[in-house]
Amino acid sequence: MSILDDAKEKWTGTINEVTIGATKQDGGTRTSVVTVGGAGALPFMNFEGPTPRAPVVAMEIWDREPDDWAQPLVDAFGPVLKSPADWARKCVEEFGAEMLCLKLAGTHPDFGDATPAQAAEVVKSVLKAVGVPLIIWGCDHDEKDNEVLPRCSQAAAGERCLLGAVKEDNYKTLVASCLADGHTILGLSPIDINIAKQINILVSEMGLPLNRIVMYPTTGALGYGIEYAHSIQERGRLAALSGDKIMSLPVLCMVGSEAWRTKEAKASQQENPAWGDEKTRGIYWEIGTASTFLQAGSDILVMRHPAAVAAIRKTISELMVK
Amino acid sequence: MALKALDIFKLLPKTNCKKCGCPTCLAFAMKLAQKQTSLDQCPDVSEASKVELAGAAAPPIRLVTIGAGPGKLEIGNETVLFRHEESFYHAPGIGVMVSDALDGTALKARIEAIRKLKFVRVGLSMQANVVAVVNASGQAAPFAKAVQAAGTLDLPMVLMSSQAAHLNTVLAMCADKKPLIHAATDATADAFIALAKTHNCPLAVTAPNLDKLVPLVEKARAAGIQDIVLDVACPRVPDTLQALTAIRRLALKKNMRVLGYPCLVTNSTVDPLVNVAECGMFVAKYAGIVLAELDQPEQLLPLLTISQNLYTDPRKPIQVEAKLNAIGAVTPDSPLMITTNFSLTYYTVAGEVEASRVPAYIGVLDTEGTSVLTAFASDKLTSEKIAAFLNSDEVKSKVSHRKVIIPGYIAVMSGSLKEDSGWTVLVGPREASGISKFLKTTWTNT
Repeated sequence: MSILDDAKEKWTGTINEVTIGATKQDGGTRTSVVTVGGAGALPFMNFEGPTPRAPVVAMEIWDREPDDWAQPLVDAFGPVLKSPADWARKCVEEFGAEMLCLKLAGTHPDFGDATPAQAAEVVKSVLKAVGVPLIIWGCDHDEKDNEVLPRCSQAAAGERCLLGAVKEDNYKTLVASCLADGHTILGLSPIDINIAKQINILVSEMGLPLNRIVMYPTTGALGYGIEYAHSIQERGRLAALSGDKIMSLPVLCMVGSEAWRTKEAKASQQENPAWGDEKTRGIYWEIGTASTFLQAGSDILVMRHPAAVAAIRKTISELMVK
Repeated sequence: MALKALDIFKLLPKTNCKKCGCPTCLAFAMKLAQKQTSLDQCPDVSEASKVELAGAAAPPIRLVTIGAGPGKLEIGNETVLFRHEESFYHAPGIGVMVSDALDGTALKARIEAIRKLKFVRVGLSMQANVVAVVNASGQAAPFAKAVQAAGTLDLPMVLMSSQAAHLNTVLAMCADKKPLIHAATDATADAFIALAKTHNCPLAVTAPNLDKLVPLVEKARAAGIQDIVLDVACPRVPDTLQALTAIRRLALKKNMRVLGYPCLVTNSTVDPLVNVAECGMFVAKYAGIVLAELDQPEQLLPLLTISQNLYTDPRKPIQVEAKLNAIGAVTPDSPLMITTNFSLTYYTVAGEVEASRVPAYIGVLDTEGTSVLTAFASDKLTSEKIAAFLNSDEVKSKVSHRKVIIPGYIAVMSGSLKEDSGWTVLVGPREASGISKFLKTTWTNT
């Protein structure tokens, strides 16, 4: 018997498996699907229990050309940033993305105010361009999301997308759409376990089962509150493994958008000569943010820079070797 | 793990002699368990019991010091597996490995690169706080030369060699700086233990897995070595991560003394991006020292920040500097909002202002790290305090208008603030999520 056996914890809970994407067989058109969850132990602690499903990196794309992205990000993608479908294709074909997160930033009333019909067209074009499963994310403006997301849900009916995000006080419209069109849903709770539970209960009471919900406990970037998000994820995962079924849901975190908002990712070398190369600093910052969350138990990491995505995927695949 | 009163009682003379001031030995045991008295109050306790009780009182993970002087590195003495249970206390040493196979110019370049790994973030300075010299040449002379060069950094050192003789030569020069001797293996244990004793320096022990590590640590302990660092040199990263978790758990939950020491990890992954990802995980999960060949500031900055963030005490709110902050391309006409210096409150407000793309000033008031409502309720965010800030030179020199936006939760303060400051008071939204809308509608219409 190895000493490792003495260190085993006896966990009673398991994280629900949630599948995103539907192939032809299941009524969709995806050529691949992603299943997350299933963990019966702390992340990558193979000696005590299974991490059967590797955490998945979803690459973030937008419905309109971002005008405030840091130069290294713009350079990494080039002209495809102007077309969501081309952008999606580049992520999948060139960077090997297993899943995409389409952010409908251009539907925000202040940043383009694209109509629900226009957004639905973008969703369709992306689904047509690539075969990987899709996360469809609104513009974080409750009223507008309630107009836009149901239309996008319809446009993607049967594809089992992950739609989000619903909140404690704004969930009914989107949950109804998800039920009607066969999607999964993302529940947002601002670093608060009780609110996370509340959302899971509210959504499941409307008839969407717990294996079609992913939690988003909100994300803080490295250097900007990551410790709160990290600890909330750890507490949630410990509760789930200890048998709390309402918390036994996979967790998503927005690594890319948070990491690339920071001064450390964006500041020029002249501004901060001691901080090093501005071309790679943001990539390292995104990697540092992601690696911290991998240890807290994140199941889906939404990321931006292809080099950071590749490094984290390589890290994950090495950790998954039994 | 602390002993319970009944366990302590079993080790006492059970004479109820009252010489300790307690009516019974059991009462004395209960006081001892609560650390309200000390064992030397009992004149009759046996030597054997003293040893056992002293051992039980020692922390489950030993605090090990590497280096000497103000820059010394203290690692270990952790008490929990997850920071939310209490706190992590001793942030890891994060540093660069310097090979003695580097020639003169390359060696100098690496030392100078390390010297530059110093950063200031959120008003706190941090740096690569340990340096390792690797005896890759296998010879004594280059090793000594590299140690001498690294010594100019004035950082705690890890001396890495498989040759006790080479280490002995080097330690003769620098033992007073208390470097960590790295590392005793199954084959070299006796010679390395002798080195650590002769030079009175901490000793790292290494084995490819826990089962082989334990007898090695037992040997060092039996030889009287107290300051030990564990290097689980597993061939693969996932095994190392599992070993780090297992060591922490066994030390804390199973009170396994032989694993009650801080851990060291070296990472030689070639791809620097993957290397940083792996080192980040080692920092998050229990390493006391993390060493890699990475020597660029953009590589070390995130690692040091992970350590800075995760080793903050979750029981104490983190504060940002109380001052006037500009978000975006502000002008003297830009709106001025007030918030508190609780970091989460500030970052939430700053994030929303940034997302709105309306350039604005955020006036951060010192509320001892409390949120808006708590600060208001405990008189840490008062009308007088905000008025004094509004009329300070800092604000006057940058803002030309006299309209302040206060958080919706302290709307009740508007009247008194207007009186105290002479400013027009606008009541902003209660939640930060309403800031964008507020700045674009209410503010523009004033």
